[in-house]
Amino acid sequence: MKVNITVNGQPTEHDVEPRTLLVHYIRETLKLTGTNVGCDTSSCGACTVHLNGEAVKSCTILAAQADGCSVTTIEGMSKDGVMHPMQQAFMENHGLQCGFCTPGMVMAAVSLLKENANPTEDDIRIGLEGNLCRCTGYHNIVQSVLAAAKK
Amino acid sequence: MAGSILGNRVLRKEDPKFLTTGGVYVDDLNNEPLLVGALHATFVRSTVAHANILSIDISEALESPGVVAVYTAEDLGLEPVAATFNPTAKRTLLATGKVRYVGEPVAVVLTQLANQGEDAAEKVIIDYDMLDVLVDIEQAMTSTTLIYEECGSNVVFDSTALGMPDNTGDAMFADCEVVVKGRFVNQRVAPCPLEVRGSAAAWDKDGRLIQWLSTQHAQGARDAIQKSNGIELDQLRVITPDVGGGFGAKIGAYPEEMLLGVIAKKAGKPVRWTETRSESMTALGHGRAQIQYVTIGGTKAGKVTAYQMHVLQDSGAWVDIGAILAPFMTRPMASGVYDIPKIEIRTTSVATNTTPVVAYRGAGRPEATAAVERAMDMFAAEIGKDPAEVRRMNLIPKFLEPHSTAIGQTYDVGDYEESLNRVLAASDYTKLRAEQAARRASGSVKQLGIGVSVYVEITAGNSPGESAKIEITQDGRAVVYTGTSPHGQGHVTSWAMIASDTTGIPMDKIDVVWGDTDLVPKGGGTMGSRSLQQGGVAVHVAAGELVEQARKHAARLLEANEEDVIFDKAAAAFHVAGTPAVAKSWADLSIALAQDGGLVQETDYVSQGATFPFGAHVSVVEVDTETGQVKMLRHVACDDAGKVLNPLLLEGQIHGGIAQGAAQALLEEVRYDTDGNPITSNLADYAFISAAELPSFEVIHMETPTPRNPLGAKGIGESGTIGSTPAVQSAVVDALAHLGVRHIDMPTTPQRVWEEIRKHTAKGNS
Amino acid sequence: MIPAQFDLKRASSAAEAIALIGEYGDEAKLLAGGHSLIPLMKLRLAQPAMLIDIGRISDLSYIKDAGDHIAIGALTRHMDVEKSSIVLQHVPLLAHATSHVGDAQVRHRGTIGGSLAHADSASDLPATTLALGATYVVQGPHGQREIAATDFYKGFLESALAPDEMLVEIRVPKTTGGWSFQKFNRRAQDWAIVGVAAWRNGNASGVALVNMGSTPILATSVSAALASGASIAEASELAAAEAEPQSDSNASSEYRTHLAKVLVRRALEESTR
Repeated sequence: MKVNITVNGQPTEHDVEPRTLLVHYIRETLKLTGTNVGCDTSSCGACTVHLNGEAVKSCTILAAQADGCSVTTIEGMSKDGVMHPMQQAFMENHGLQCGFCTPGMVMAAVSLLKENANPTEDDIRIGLEGNLCRCTGYHNIVQSVLAAAKK
Repeated sequence: MAGSILGNRVLRKEDPKFLTTGGVYVDDLNNEPLLVGALHATFVRSTVAHANILSIDISEALESPGVVAVYTAEDLGLEPVAATFNPTAKRTLLATGKVRYVGEPVAVVLTQLANQGEDAAEKVIIDYDMLDVLVDIEQAMTSTTLIYEECGSNVVFDSTALGMPDNTGDAMFADCEVVVKGRFVNQRVAPCPLEVRGSAAAWDKDGRLIQWLSTQHAQGARDAIQKSNGIELDQLRVITPDVGGGFGAKIGAYPEEMLLGVIAKKAGKPVRWTETRSESMTALGHGRAQIQYVTIGGTKAGKVTAYQMHVLQDSGAWVDIGAILAPFMTRPMASGVYDIPKIEIRTTSVATNTTPVVAYRGAGRPEATAAVERAMDMFAAEIGKDPAEVRRMNLIPKFLEPHSTAIGQTYDVGDYEESLNRVLAASDYTKLRAEQAARRASGSVKQLGIGVSVYVEITAGNSPGESAKIEITQDGRAVVYTGTSPHGQGHVTSWAMIASDTTGIPMDKIDVVWGDTDLVPKGGGTMGSRSLQQGGVAVHVAAGELVEQARKHAARLLEANEEDVIFDKAAAAFHVAGTPAVAKSWADLSIALAQDGGLVQETDYVSQGATFPFGAHVSVVEVDTETGQVKMLRHVACDDAGKVLNPLLLEGQIHGGIAQGAAQALLEEVRYDTDGNPITSNLADYAFISAAELPSFEVIHMETPTPRNPLGAKGIGESGTIGSTPAVQSAVVDALAHLGVRHIDMPTTPQRVWEEIRKHTAKGNS
Repeated sequence: MIPAQFDLKRASSAAEAIALIGEYGDEAKLLAGGHSLIPLMKLRLAQPAMLIDIGRISDLSYIKDAGDHIAIGALTRHMDVEKSSIVLQHVPLLAHATSHVGDAQVRHRGTIGGSLAHADSASDLPATTLALGATYVVQGPHGQREIAATDFYKGFLESALAPDEMLVEIRVPKTTGGWSFQKFNRRAQDWAIVGVAAWRNGNASGVALVNMGSTPILATSVSAALASGASIAEASELAAAEAEPQSDSNASSEYRTHLAKVLVRRALEESTR
């Protein structure tokens, strides 16, 4: 079936199997490999992208469900070579180590701040419950989000 | 060193890529010409834990859409290979004859598209004749059912067979006033790097195998892959793309990885493979998995005089590195930070029908620390003294010359009491105890628990050293080649700092190369917290030698005596004393040497021995005595890793370590049912810790440089895990100490905690 | 992991969706947000041959003040329920319980109707709507009918929905007085080991349990005891009277029973404050 999805501002149109997950469309069809797959149970959040401006897990959405929608991936977050404030905050606060959870974590964090501009540390910890990281112990991720909220 | 960049909070050079386009992990390799037209491998795995294979029917799978081939061990002509750590045990890389654990690869399906593999793999029909399943270590020790018949026993490794003395039993404690015994389960956990395993293999036109691999140690993997493919070393190139975490589990090469080249050769096409998380949970090695029988004895005043342990190490269904961590890592570190005159440790490694056990962050040392820290707590409880004070009474006093423990391990330097003092002060231990007393007095439902641990561990143990090469390009950049291999640690930044500090070349003009065996043929990889103290030191030494080499060339070019040539680090240039205007930059020198092989310095740094990071942790938890729920409130850690290169990265390592340690103490456990079926085979069922279960951490710095390398650095990659696990576990037990609770096995799940409360009170039994 | 092959049809109205179910019968499954179904399909625990995508039926996404109750379209997303000022004002228990469903990403996609129709006793919303005395409006080929939440849950993942019916609206009576939602789990993102949704207004109360049996459980004995003047402590001892808690890797049946009593007591205390 044919789907039309605007990804990072660019219209895309491809024929896909109905079972194609949005993450496969992003990674395999569009070759945008910033978005990662870390599990198969919607648990880890590595595949988090924005669908019409909100964080979603692209491993749990069919490409067909995103037909006609707008998707933003990590590749679409910096503008003209300048990182999004959340990306900057992660850099300045050492909010990443191996980098595998990072794109999903950044996308979830940006969505979180959209819904709660002044989160407490607890709000951030609960708000990121669906994004797993094995490296940082989350400490510096939380610091990054707090710092981004202040920007 | 004035003006040195070392010791500063330098932001990571590698971050912009990870933050904007994401890393390029093995599954992201879309631009490799050699991988064009690659087939996708999906492994067919055993769904049973122990069975003879009667038949494998691939006919239906061959008809599945997109299937190009299905191979079994027979198709690939696989011969049995011996286990490194017990050569009597043999298996084929795809199972033949029998399967020994759920998840063991039995066959492989090759498809044109990645998403066709799962459909086809489901259609490979394997007929099994079931055998008795051994999940429990102690049952396996005595069972007549043998997992490797040729071994004659499921005990695949025992310290006494190595000539290490056996334990003498209770006689050892005859002169003790107080003796306490415990049986501690240091449960099996899953390393769970967020990137699962993946690899890609292609044979180039010259008949060389090029293999991309998510690994911590390309050179080690190369040696294993070379053997399995039956080729010479120069016929193989292993390339490490970005690696999404390893934690020890990606040190060795796995059967799938050793076979990918064989499969690609047979198929005549390049082959790619990425496992799913569900596969990874059973096929990537697990960690820990010990049962510890511990006896501790001493005086009523609190002096520990004797300590004995028998470690039963679950080896899983293979004799991988997990089988030898107990004798070579747990045993030597058994005395911990304590001055205990008599120690006996025996270790027995046992095969079971479970996923093979490998190294996992700490690898044998967390188990040693957990045992002695639990024992120390139980001893303190028995004599009715504060656990921090009993520890203090037994600590090895500060030493700046090597110190040997009764088990025979020599430590480099240590000041354990100072780390304990700092962490007690930072946590306001006295006040915490007062609050705990108040809550106990008021009968609050939410009781406070305070856990203390003091630890020492061994880093870069058994590691011979590391090599480094620095090459100056004609535009004046430096390329650092290292045999270590980052997967989150920040080597690019650290090695650039070290090289910049000596050469004066700015960090943004320094590139770091690793993990490609053509470019870096020698290397020990990243494991055992060895990178900085060996790989980093090698870069440091190479940079110093490079400056001296460059000085010679500069003297020649400047027509001056070598001793008159000054290296101006700030200007990154050489000049004759008094005439700085006429200088030779790194670029000048590189260009001048272009015809003579360029400006390159290579160094083999020889290790001067392992180092012994230490520290103390205080963890504070709140236990809901009605439900058994544990909430972590605070965690204060003082970790001494010697001289600190970059506090930002150091803290990151500590944070991650604390979280993984807390995860083991509170949540995570790989579980099997009695038939050997995994019941924690995805991240919905396996309790991988999230931000919501953790507090922020309080990190206290302390630096006692090691004399064993010129940077004074010890390892920090694993310390956080080693210190935190027993502190968190102790805190949970401590919250219930007033009820008489002395021990709760990890993970301290709500149900376990509740059952313990119920056992000790009538009230819990509602 | 990827689901097994299937075909997909889009429905632009409830009537069209119902016609499609009629056409494809047992082979077909309705796809709303997909956050119950797609995970099962990826693990291949569900392999429908046909998915009917109802996610685009925009007229089933609404929250209305309907006088004595709040009417919520079945395709209203969790995040919209959670943040709705109408729900927050009139049924705060539902808004709060919804904020505990999955994680933020799940709540951006998952729908109230999808969650209820999936009829998972471990989910937060079936028990919550049960406690609140909700009524579900379902539509079939012959029109609409109402099913009380108390009559809806028939067994493990089994509901009173006929194969050719779909859930279109959830009607939740407005509540006054106190309420509480207690979710007990090991990790924030996990399903509840035991959960309790409760409200209380004088002698009237509603208490329902999450994951205490194959269906969400209405703790009628607790409410009856409270109505006849029992103390909270006495009433909560009856928490598990209607339950049939299972043992699994997280909790034994005995532990679940204990938790239910503690959590019901806490929920009632919070509701009575």
